[in-house]
Amino acid sequence: MLQDKDRIFTNLYGQHDPFLKAARARGDWDNTAAILARGRDAIIQEMKDSGLRGRGGAGFPTGLKWSFMPKQSDRPCYLVVNADESEPGTCKDRDILRHDPHKLVEGCLVAGFAMGATAAYIYIRGEFYNESVALQHAIDEAYAAGLIGKNACGSGYDYDVFLHRGAGAYICGEETALIESLEGKKGMPRMKPPFPAGVGLYGCPSTVNNVESIAVAPTILRRGASWFTGLGRQNNTGQKLFCISGHVNKPCNVEEELGIPLKELIEKYAGGVRGGWDNLLAIIPGGASVPLIPKSICDDVLMDFDSLRAVRSGLGTAAVIVMDKSTDVIKAIARLSKFYMHESCGQCTPCREGTGWMWRVMTRMVEGRATPDEIDTLEQVTRQVEGHTICALGDAAAWPIQGLIRHFRPVMEARIAAYKTRSRPMPMAAE
Amino acid sequence: MQATSGSAFEQPASFAFDADSETEIAKIVARYPAGKQASAVIPALYIVQKQMKRQTGSAWVPVKGMDAVGARLGMPPIRVYEVATFYFMFNMKPIGKYHLQVCTTTPCWLRGSDAVTETCRSETGIKDFGETSADGLFTMTEVECLGACVNAPILQVDDDFYEDMDAGKVTGLLAALRRGERPAPGSMSGRQNSAPDGGPTTLNTLQFAPQGTVGG
Repeated sequence: MLQDKDRIFTNLYGQHDPFLKAARARGDWDNTAAILARGRDAIIQEMKDSGLRGRGGAGFPTGLKWSFMPKQSDRPCYLVVNADESEPGTCKDRDILRHDPHKLVEGCLVAGFAMGATAAYIYIRGEFYNESVALQHAIDEAYAAGLIGKNACGSGYDYDVFLHRGAGAYICGEETALIESLEGKKGMPRMKPPFPAGVGLYGCPSTVNNVESIAVAPTILRRGASWFTGLGRQNNTGQKLFCISGHVNKPCNVEEELGIPLKELIEKYAGGVRGGWDNLLAIIPGGASVPLIPKSICDDVLMDFDSLRAVRSGLGTAAVIVMDKSTDVIKAIARLSKFYMHESCGQCTPCREGTGWMWRVMTRMVEGRATPDEIDTLEQVTRQVEGHTICALGDAAAWPIQGLIRHFRPVMEARIAAYKTRSRPMPMAAE
Repeated sequence: MQATSGSAFEQPASFAFDADSETEIAKIVARYPAGKQASAVIPALYIVQKQMKRQTGSAWVPVKGMDAVGARLGMPPIRVYEVATFYFMFNMKPIGKYHLQVCTTTPCWLRGSDAVTETCRSETGIKDFGETSADGLFTMTEVECLGACVNAPILQVDDDFYEDMDAGKVTGLLAALRRGERPAPGSMSGRQNSAPDGGPTTLNTLQFAPQGTVGG
């Protein structure tokens, strides 16, 4: 169990003042110049050694990502911070933005320095208006104190940090859609390659990182990679913000070590499942895009990238959505299908058409107005969407349905049977 | 285009940025490299929407406003139209004084967003999402996940999140808005932000120096 002395986000709940003076008292901006003085390569090596995996969902090693940026560039390079937090269930970055903004701003400087960037653009979702006000205030304070801007922290390095508000589009959390949006266009993902490290914002080398990945970097660099690897499990090192929502007694955010048992996470911090652990039906362990897992798996699964992958789900953003036995699980997943239909950018046909089709069929599945073989058809269609689109939104729309069918097919069949006995004649076949 | 699809509202004949808007635009355009001012299109559309709110009491983006953005940023009008209609937060037609945005995505639904929606309906007389109440005070919109899920369900009013809602709290909030009051946003259950009900169970053992710096 993570002890308070090892917590990075010491103002998670906003118990203290978020801004500069108080943030410094909590250890932020403590001799940042000394970190920069270690040099680019040393910073990147330390981040690689820490084993930090990206906190935005994909879990790609952060230090390795930074190392893809060119050592020499005749064009400007950019750090782009993804603060478009929109994955259903996820609300961790919000707490960093409003309560610990200086961790992010300082992280922007050290990360940007390590990758040779001239500026950071923080792309924050439009709905986080009050959070953007808090973050802008922190940025203004950092400029005024000489921590960023010309000769940042007295290092001789010039570095800008800009805040950019989005306007309500989940797809802009996809890194290339985010870049398109930041350039003033519709948020439609780009083909990769080229990857942003080669051709990113304004055609320049760019790295897109999640808020949490950037905000933890200064603490890792101060306390050392070995401190970080001492937390969590092998290949799943360090701590992580978890968001526990849904049918628990006390929904909350909490920082814990990766690899904490899911059951312990819920019982210790979220007051347990409503009605007790035995009243648990299923959990979506990593935000809406990952397949749900039934209680039998929840009983002993660990909360980290590799453990959840082994049970055919994923850690994603570590957003734990709990559903107790009162839940209509088909309806819960159907609502996610509606979400993906609403948020599909419309660029790729399998996603644009598939998300709508899947939602319409899921809507009938909620009623039971279907035939049992349509469950197979639905499953097949999810396979035709998955992997056949430019970005991962198609996959994200497919996986929750696949998880539902994998674990709750008997519930779906029972719903169909109940509808059949209730109403004649037989329902129509697939649309 | 959505903005002109035969709805019963009038597009203003003209739109010009006022002094407040000009100040904001100048500040925003400076954030982007020379020649990349198209990056400012979303912020500029917010400025239009805010100016309409100041001038007419309704936050929305008229066609002439989009044209003004295009002219200001050197973008063809169609590029501005496609951005304005792609993103969900720009209102392409006039809305009520208060914009009630109900999150109904699964985490909010599990915690009772149906009751939030129903109470908004019964209190305002609005039948469906997208409608404005007869008195012009409220427009109700269904929104997707707002990113505050541990405080579900959420009712967003304009820019403010009202969290941990239930039917009674919605009734109270709408009554306050009718009286011209603006309750402080955040959790309506009285808990501290995203901390568990009853107070934090972590971070209780840390002491910080009142000022200055401490070692990391």
